[in-house]
Amino acid sequence: MTLAPGKPLRVAFGETVAELGKTDPRIVVLDGDLGSSTRADIFEDAHPDRFFQMGIAEQNLLGAAAGMATVGFIPFVSTFACFAVARALDSIRVLIAQPELNVKVVGGYSGLLAGMTGKTHLIFDDIAIMRAMPRMTVVVPADEVETRQAIRAITAHRGPVYLRLTRQASPLLFDDSYCFELGKAVVVRPGSDVTVFATGTQTVRAFEAAELLAAEGIDIHLVHVPTLKPLDADGIVQAAQATGFVITSEEGSIIGGLGGAVAEVLTDRFPVTVKRHGLADIFGESGPDEALLEKYGLSVTRTAEAIRAFVRARRA
Amino acid sequence: MKSGSKEAGPSVAELEDLARRGRAHIIRAIAHAKGGHIGGPLSAMDILVALYFRIMRIRPEEPNWPDRDRFVLSKGHSSIALYTVLAMRRYFPIEELRTFDAIDSRLQGHPDMKITPGVDMSSGSLGLGFSGGLGIALGGRAAGKDFTTYVMLGDGECNEGIVWEAAHVAERYALDNLVAIIDHNKLQQFGWRGTTASNRLPPYTGTQLVDRWSAFGWKVLEMDGHDMTEVLATIETARDHRGGPVALVAHTIKGKGVSFMEGNYEWHTRVPNAEELRIALAELGETETAATQGGAS
Repeated sequence: MTLAPGKPLRVAFGETVAELGKTDPRIVVLDGDLGSSTRADIFEDAHPDRFFQMGIAEQNLLGAAAGMATVGFIPFVSTFACFAVARALDSIRVLIAQPELNVKVVGGYSGLLAGMTGKTHLIFDDIAIMRAMPRMTVVVPADEVETRQAIRAITAHRGPVYLRLTRQASPLLFDDSYCFELGKAVVVRPGSDVTVFATGTQTVRAFEAAELLAAEGIDIHLVHVPTLKPLDADGIVQAAQATGFVITSEEGSIIGGLGGAVAEVLTDRFPVTVKRHGLADIFGESGPDEALLEKYGLSVTRTAEAIRAFVRARRA
Repeated sequence: MKSGSKEAGPSVAELEDLARRGRAHIIRAIAHAKGGHIGGPLSAMDILVALYFRIMRIRPEEPNWPDRDRFVLSKGHSSIALYTVLAMRRYFPIEELRTFDAIDSRLQGHPDMKITPGVDMSSGSLGLGFSGGLGIALGGRAAGKDFTTYVMLGDGECNEGIVWEAAHVAERYALDNLVAIIDHNKLQQFGWRGTTASNRLPPYTGTQLVDRWSAFGWKVLEMDGHDMTEVLATIETARDHRGGPVALVAHTIKGKGVSFMEGNYEWHTRVPNAEELRIALAELGETETAATQGGAS
């Protein structure tokens, strides 16, 4: 089964906030000179009086969004994930998280695929950092459909949110029958041999890997975890108990990200081996998307390879 | 009592007296807490009193009044000065100053907008309060409000890059509802060394601060931060300016009001011992017994 093509998550972001902005005057968008990349420009076209260009100054970009929230706006702050989380972390911490202000931090261009810009423009530990931030909600959608729903959900949610998006298009994992629930993990493919937890667009690649594995007699129980914080601990335990074998897969660091989160929960409530598949304590580099995914082990075939190796090792 | 009106409000003499009493509250609070910043709160007191007792349109009984003027203490380590003025202005009881820095207290070491009535923006990590204040002003204008946002920064704080990120954006948006007041007390915590270890250099000298804010397109005014008449007039001029943001460089003395603290970098954070406390309060025309009784507000 081939998945239908979807729009890039960043496009879904721009279109959805522009759509929401038509009926909700509280929504404003702040941009750090990257609107044409992050697609915040779609909102600027629709609502130029509510779009605030803040220049190439990310610490102030995040801080000013906090100030706007105190006057009753719902600011969506848009920049690359690396600049929001690494460069402007103190602003997020002191001005958004600590006072618990209603700011939505949108990291477009997350993970490994940032259009060949290389390691300076990539961030792998953003999930780990934001997960450890008190009062923060962390959402990592898989495709265009989920992104649109997630944005509506985080707009309705009162409090700081980190929304991790991607530059590239993702095949559609979900259709209009999908119902995103903030804070809930989703079984996207029931199975019996191994539980695979994934997040973001990596879930889509894991889903495609499932096809390859099924042909070899490996039936994966694939669980998508779009909300990294608050974590659906019950859902994770339940899914782990379904097979007793757990591997996580993410387009992010295996230190402290989804893998870390799952390991924390299961160590506490259902101790099993948790194999973490993702980016292993490494910076990225420049390259085309497919070459990067292949080299860094996150492509469909390399993901299948990782799951296969884990299952065989466990079976041995 | 109304604020923000030229007709109503305390006289200059009354404001000066409030500042004097406020300084005593600061010293008592730091002595009681056995820790905290002193020099910076003392240099800021006259300006804070002018703002909260005459200039700002505020409602202590309604701290979240949507149309209120905002104040952000971006030099957040001087929090005890803000808390003192808020208490004197009856946002919360004066006795609560004794809980400064105590566990479970509403008066945290650096301003916390979630828990302290009257605090419009959290701050502490220098420069960030100003960034938040810029956002408040930007949001206020976008919401069609006409309140003024006042942000107080330290001169050392102007070392921080985010200050200049915000300064550029404020000027770009011609935010004339934003007033930055720089408490130019000529010292930072430790600073650059002068001729000896105890001779510490000012963060900026001469006209550097005036020049830099001007270079960023701000209208810059200067004032003697301890001359109440000048403080009132200058802030009002800043508030009424149209066309862009205004920076007030306030020439102040760190530790103002206490002879052995004035201009002394060692009093950035320091707890007065019993004798120092007695002398300091006496110089301010106050006694310690007033503290144990909850302090005269």
